Amino acid sequence: MNEISEIIKPGNYLMMGNEACALGAIIAGCRFFAFYPITPANEIAEYMSIYLPKIGGIYIQMEDEISSIASVIGASWTGLKAMTATSGPGFTLMQENIGHAIMTETPCVIVDVQRCGPSTGTPALPMQGDVYQARRGSHGEYEIIALAPSSVKDTLLLTIEAFNLSEKYRVPVIILSDALIGHMMENVEIPDLSSIKIINRKKPSKLDESQFFLSEDISPMPTLGSGYKVHITGSTHDEKGIRNVYDPIYVDNLVHKIYAKIHKHIDDIVKIETRYLDNSKVLLLSYGSVARSALHAVKLARKEGLKVGYVKLITLWPFPEKLISNMINNGEVEKIIVLENNMGQIVNEVKRVLHKDIEVKFLPPEVLGTIHDPMYILENLKKNMG
Amino acid sequence: MSIIIKNKSIEIVIDEEKCKGCGICIALCPLKILVKSDKLSSQGFNLPFPINRDKCIGCRICEYYCPDFAIYIIEGEK
Amino acid sequence: MISKVYEHPLIKYLRKGIRQPFCSGCGNGIIAQCILRAINDLKVDMKKIVFVSGIGCSGWIPTLFNADTLHTTHGRPIAFATGVKLGNPELKVVVLTGDGDGAAIGGNHLIHAARRNIEILTILVNNRIYGMTGGQVAPTTPHGMKTTTTPYGNIECPFDLCKLVEAAGAAYVARWTTFHVKQLISSIKKGFLKEGFSFIEIVSQCPIQYGKYIDLQEPAKLLLMLKDLSINKDKAKTINEKELKEKIIIGEFVDREVIGFSKAYEQLIIKVREKRNE
Repeated sequence: MNEISEIIKPGNYLMMGNEACALGAIIAGCRFFAFYPITPANEIAEYMSIYLPKIGGIYIQMEDEISSIASVIGASWTGLKAMTATSGPGFTLMQENIGHAIMTETPCVIVDVQRCGPSTGTPALPMQGDVYQARRGSHGEYEIIALAPSSVKDTLLLTIEAFNLSEKYRVPVIILSDALIGHMMENVEIPDLSSIKIINRKKPSKLDESQFFLSEDISPMPTLGSGYKVHITGSTHDEKGIRNVYDPIYVDNLVHKIYAKIHKHIDDIVKIETRYLDNSKVLLLSYGSVARSALHAVKLARKEGLKVGYVKLITLWPFPEKLISNMINNGEVEKIIVLENNMGQIVNEVKRVLHKDIEVKFLPPEVLGTIHDPMYILENLKKNMG
Repeated sequence: MSIIIKNKSIEIVIDEEKCKGCGICIALCPLKILVKSDKLSSQGFNLPFPINRDKCIGCRICEYYCPDFAIYIIEGEK
Repeated sequence: MISKVYEHPLIKYLRKGIRQPFCSGCGNGIIAQCILRAINDLKVDMKKIVFVSGIGCSGWIPTLFNADTLHTTHGRPIAFATGVKLGNPELKVVVLTGDGDGAAIGGNHLIHAARRNIEILTILVNNRIYGMTGGQVAPTTPHGMKTTTTPYGNIECPFDLCKLVEAAGAAYVARWTTFHVKQLISSIKKGFLKEGFSFIEIVSQCPIQYGKYIDLQEPAKLLLMLKDLSINKDKAKTINEKELKEKIIIGEFVDREVIGFSKAYEQLIIKVREKRNE
């Protein structure tokens, strides 16, 4: 922690979301960062390229996003906490290797500073278009963790959280930021670093240990070069990592264990933030940059006496099913309006969980590629409250 | 199960489980010591057999070129 | 006359219980032996070596080894290996890749790793075809050859991978065939100890897929064919281009002293930290 004081000391700072992401990573213990330039994520790399050499960490600009995530996985197996950052087009390229990280249970963090798509789209404007991709971008069956910050401070804290989750559960964690959050400037208070909880991966304790994969309670992860002779492979394998690509029973075992690893501990993983739930008739659900408008709209609505509640998803994946269904248990809530800067992605999960109990509606911004105007949300709310 | 053929102080070991009958050792032996035998391994491959084992000088060409680590030379005590 | 159980001289380097997965007569097994012999001769601690391999038959070579092995996605072993080497520069990193894995889908990473001169030994097994997937044309398949995806003959020309890697900036570049085991072992030792990016292309026999298309599936004959096609690089300078086209030029093409990437990065860190202390 002392070396971090070379980079940042406790205090108040005006900073960009992308800088907060880099700082959060450093504070969490990230000492390897590989990157390929892409708007609007470039500033994360620029800060990391300044910070990391100061504390003996490694910054490398790779030849593309594919090799960026590949080198992150390689570095993670040498015991380092490793991260890469990108935006939509790069995130698409990374999917195969993200699948490898999931398959090999490699802790790593991938930041996707979302921009407007599809394809090259509009690089410097925000969209929440990669939500499904974060869940299903790689082929095959798997589970993953994705978090959505909605402010600069959030970005710093959720980056630390992402590393902690990734180390604890030996899974890649995606941070779904966007061009708005990434580039905006806000005041952030850097606390006393000793107050921040940092989690490190479980390592094997005995030299004769050999079961390094597929435990629901997370197997210990050996470091390359310490004598464990671990075989790490993207092929279907057993608990010792030894490949079996003939017998479907190995596929069944592996896929179930990867799911169980996350779902057994889902209550520890998922987080939402709620406000003004008391006596709410209508809830506004949002995440990321849109949550800023949603909160403002809820405050305005409450001032006018409208019984509206605010729900912000912090964890997008695994979808916080239980927390969401518990929210409406009081029976008073009649409707939930899901606000997203896209054509409707997380709303389908909300519908899946709640449609039998209450009405689920979707509201995109007036213009995609922007966050909702709070007055527009208020207008829509009033229509929905009859 | 291995075939071990002693020749003075050189032993030619052929690992029946590993051999895949590729014939490289037979073709490359400079003294033509090995031939393809009718004996089949458990996997169904024709195993090599050193019929001129007395000529073996332990050059290890068979050992170095075997893709399956299935034939090797052990230098015994003189 | 079985008096006691004799084990293979390289047994301590082999992972227990792993079955040799290659086809009968495949060059991969010979290459595996050469790698282990080189390590044995150098007396290097196997614990400090990490083998990184790609997808393809050559990617299965390290699965035989009793060592830390990282089996990656198709075309990317060099990128993964870059992360391993930078993450812990004390480790010796050896990449096993093939002509499809290393020069087609992985070509970009090969070029950049050579340019960066990252301290990795890359062994590229060139069987001049996509073996694992059934015999499709590869970027190293000879012109005119029939394969499963060039049923009328290959109209593309193959790479000269050694020239490519030399131009990209590697510290050590060599080419041998599976016939040249002694030279191969020597090259592997050199490449292993070299500071910088070392590249060894090994032209290898694939009796099942490649052999099928040239009507030569007997492994020994295919291996001897590679020997007959080989020509030493110095001798190659004396024969005309037309004759040279069919040949496999063997030898060491590059052997130079240039600072490796991880060393250069270490120096950068020292400089940055010194400045900070001023």
